Amino acid sequence: MNFFELRKAAANATMIVVTGAAALLTVGVLLFILGYLVWHGAQSLTWSFFTQLPAPVGETGGGMANAIVGSGKVLIIATLVGLPIGFLGGVYLSEYASAGAGFALRYVTDLLNGVPSIVIGIVAYALVVKRMGHFSTIAGGVALGIMMIPIAVRSTEEYLHAVPQMLREGGLALGRPKWRVIATVVIPAALSGIISGVMLDLARVAGETAPLLFTALNNQYWSTGWSQPTATLPVMIFTYAISPYPDWHRQAWAAGFILLMVVLAVNLTARLIFARKRIATGG
Amino acid sequence: MTPFTTERRPEMTTSPETYTHVTEPADPVAPIPGRTLTVSNLNFFYGESQALYDINLSFAAKAVTALIGPSGCGKSTFLRTLNRMNETVKRTRLEGHIALEGEDILKGDVNKVRRRIGMVFQRSNPFPMSIFANVAYGLDVNGLGRRGKIKEVVEESLVKAALWDEVKDKLHASAFGLSGGQQQRLCIARALAVRPEVLLMDEPCSALDPIATAKIEDLIFTLRKETTIIIVTHNLQQAARVSEHTAFFLLGRLVEFDTTMNMFGKPRVKETEDYVTGRFG
Repeated sequence: MNFFELRKAAANATMIVVTGAAALLTVGVLLFILGYLVWHGAQSLTWSFFTQLPAPVGETGGGMANAIVGSGKVLIIATLVGLPIGFLGGVYLSEYASAGAGFALRYVTDLLNGVPSIVIGIVAYALVVKRMGHFSTIAGGVALGIMMIPIAVRSTEEYLHAVPQMLREGGLALGRPKWRVIATVVIPAALSGIISGVMLDLARVAGETAPLLFTALNNQYWSTGWSQPTATLPVMIFTYAISPYPDWHRQAWAAGFILLMVVLAVNLTARLIFARKRIATGG
Repeated sequence: MTPFTTERRPEMTTSPETYTHVTEPADPVAPIPGRTLTVSNLNFFYGESQALYDINLSFAAKAVTALIGPSGCGKSTFLRTLNRMNETVKRTRLEGHIALEGEDILKGDVNKVRRRIGMVFQRSNPFPMSIFANVAYGLDVNGLGRRGKIKEVVEESLVKAALWDEVKDKLHASAFGLSGGQQQRLCIARALAVRPEVLLMDEPCSALDPIATAKIEDLIFTLRKETTIIIVTHNLQQAARVSEHTAFFLLGRLVEFDTTMNMFGKPRVKETEDYVTGRFG
């Protein structure tokens, strides 16, 4: 082996080691977070975590039942706000928008996606909290719903765009009006993708904390109805983690663990729905 | 060539001369007896570039007309102007007249036009629903609201498309489970269900194997009895087998239009002869 060949082999080996290490590090970070959370979280997890209200300061025990339900309720409102706007916006973008309108709308959507979540929280505060006069589940839901819109728009558009043009033409050729072909052929063809996109979107906002701080606020007790402040898992994690009490720290770990599991489960379900539909339609 | 050729050659009833370079009717939308679809002075543009030049052509009713020509000659574009499908393409423009039974189809409700002039595409495009729902898709606004009536029409259409025996036990299964040839016949059944007067076929066999192709050709031969069929094909043998009349397109112009027998037997234009004898294309 001469010098040049040796140098080539050395460069090749170096590249493999450097890029491989970076790849390993990426996976490693995720595995470390997962492992760390499971280690601490699973230890702190008790049955009462799911069934009991937070214990008052000084007492040990208690749970986060209200925060689990509260997160669920906030996410329901978020879906009601974000899904229709995002979905219909995506349909418009894919099926109706002219080149100019499409460009403008896509650009604005990407801008909205880049707005810091705390700013969206302020907007929801001004729009809902100020008007209602108090913090509420609805306000938190509106904040997260606004956060859902850009991704819902873009993923809906993408999945509709992937529907072959010849399916649209097939419907139009039978004398069906365009809106009807979109509603009965194009959207059904893309539905599993759209649903999985929205589920991933929901999983993404489920962990948002900042927009909830001054919209849903927090609550030591059950929040009845939709117009009271409510506890949510991310805000509870935040509150408990910065507290000086070791017992609260344990609870925060457990909450983090549960939140991660829920997000993971939603993620996997979404991918499963999409994969199964693709097999069924051969698409 | 093929076993079909001899038995399928239809007898010619009209003198060939009347089909050559159809002259402009005085009134552009006036019907010509025996002609169902009349195209006059048709020009078509994609943006700034012209795709069709001054096409004048009348299609005989209840007969098969084949449109042939090399790729990019405009035959598919022309076919798609006939049911106004090109209107879905942005930045296109059309000049001229198209009349169906004397009625100007370029004006008025496009969906009504498309119910009278059906279309089958190059690649089968079944909808993501059951076989039954596919065939029934064009139906319910057609005045047959009753479920029983819809069933009847679906069966009738599948029988006409020679698919009924293969699917009658799985009408509610997904259309995606069918083979390529079956899917294409399903698309034909779907188009027939609306009872179109004219059926446009855009290279309907180009994605099919010879057996599936033969089935579609058999079908065309039967359908011809009640429907006017206009078929674009790259397969000259297919044009010879299934059609009574053939139109040859080149570079966006209609070069020659005559009975299929004359077009393949004694073409009058040199370009036609070169093309049908395989000297270019």
